[in-house]
Amino acid sequence: MLRISAFVFMALALGGCSDQWGWYVVDPTTASGYANLKFLLSGLYYTVLLSLTAISISIVVGLLVALPGLSEKKLLRGFNRTYVELVRAVPILVLILWIYYGLPQVSGLTITVFWAGVIALALSDSAFQAEIFRAGIQSVDRGQNEASQSISLNYADTMRFVILPQAIRRILPALGNQLVYMLKMSSLVSVIGMEELTRKANELVVVEYRPLEIYTVLVLEYLVLILIVSAGVRWLERRMNADARR
Amino acid sequence: MVQIEGISRFYGNFAALKSVSLDIAQGERVVICGPSGSGKSTLIRCINRLEKHNEGRIFLSGVELNDSKASEEVLRTGVGMVFQQFNLFPHLTVLDNLTLGPIRARGMTRKDAETLAMTYLDRVHIADQAEKYPRQLSGGQQQRVAIARSLCMEPKILLFDEPTSALDPEMIREVLDVMVELAESGITMVCVTHEMGFARKVADRMVFMDKGEIVETAPPETFFSAPKSARCKDFLEKILGH
Repeated sequence: MLRISAFVFMALALGGCSDQWGWYVVDPTTASGYANLKFLLSGLYYTVLLSLTAISISIVVGLLVALPGLSEKKLLRGFNRTYVELVRAVPILVLILWIYYGLPQVSGLTITVFWAGVIALALSDSAFQAEIFRAGIQSVDRGQNEASQSISLNYADTMRFVILPQAIRRILPALGNQLVYMLKMSSLVSVIGMEELTRKANELVVVEYRPLEIYTVLVLEYLVLILIVSAGVRWLERRMNADARR
Repeated sequence: MVQIEGISRFYGNFAALKSVSLDIAQGERVVICGPSGSGKSTLIRCINRLEKHNEGRIFLSGVELNDSKASEEVLRTGVGMVFQQFNLFPHLTVLDNLTLGPIRARGMTRKDAETLAMTYLDRVHIADQAEKYPRQLSGGQQQRVAIARSLCMEPKILLFDEPTSALDPEMIREVLDVMVELAESGITMVCVTHEMGFARKVADRMVFMDKGEIVETAPPETFFSAPKSARCKDFLEKILGH
């Protein structure tokens, strides 16, 4: 495995010097290269907006689905299981296509590309969020619930002030993972015409016919974006832990 | 104050409590002891409905405890509990641990709640630790904070579930001292403990439980000097033996 990746790396590095590569398409010192680069980066806005909107919704939905999963009532637990199993089983790409092309036919509503993407990504992610929240809440000691009950907190207050603050601290790494995953999966929304990073790259490839360089830039765009997110999540983790240890 | 009428609690086929009856008068201090697994904890946990009894009835200030609104209301400020494992909220400061209940459940303003909290922290001799987090305190200090937290709800009756069992020996004393002071203040107390010195000092009545039943009830003088049942004699010999 190591040998193969070393080989691939060497091939790429050598290729950089050979005439296989034509970096001129994205050379910022030339006018056309600069324009191309700017065009590629212009997809950043929708990639970020799409991912952040979708993850915000999926966290809320995920929590709302997780809570009945922790109930003593069989019916509520059944709802949680059904939701998670059903939603988790649909591939994201299929969900995007179904919501954009299929849903308007049944509902009669027209849906924009952006909202079709947000709904598909959020729905798909919410099943995973629900499992993460359920595990996080279950990991909080039962005594915390009993203590809350003994000072007469109701269910909502117990969750809000006692259980969730402790659970969220524990699931923060998993939530960070989901955000990274969401940023990557947002590339799929390009198939219905969302003008995000991947779509922009595809459009440029059709014009310039230099897929190698353009897709390499695309890879780097996602890499930088995700490294920033990772650093952000780690910073948040450190801050919360420092809070707890003070 | 509390009337327990023939309650039973089952876990599957196992009966943790078998038709237990007990009356607790206002201001009375009851100490419950017995071997582990005898149902002592289950009994007091039924009084604040952390456990729900399957049979029989419990009345608190004349209101039957069940799933009704009236029962919820009488429990709200009626019963406080101190746990073996303290169960403080680790992400909140000592002060916030104490004010959460008064603010959210009793509708007090933050300012009033903080004044109240400081009064009770002072009473358990730990007012100087108000801004700290639980993990920065010793076990004995944490348990005293937990006692103050339940006092902040100003309950009519305070339940203790083996409050010193999780403590290092040198910290047991400071918690017991606070409990003795509380007992002298006249609050109704039901205490599950193995601290017989404490029991002798404050109990109005001793209750001995074994295998889910109350075997013997007696004032401490006769309980310790002349236990009636063989099981109770045996238990006392074991824990007072050396």
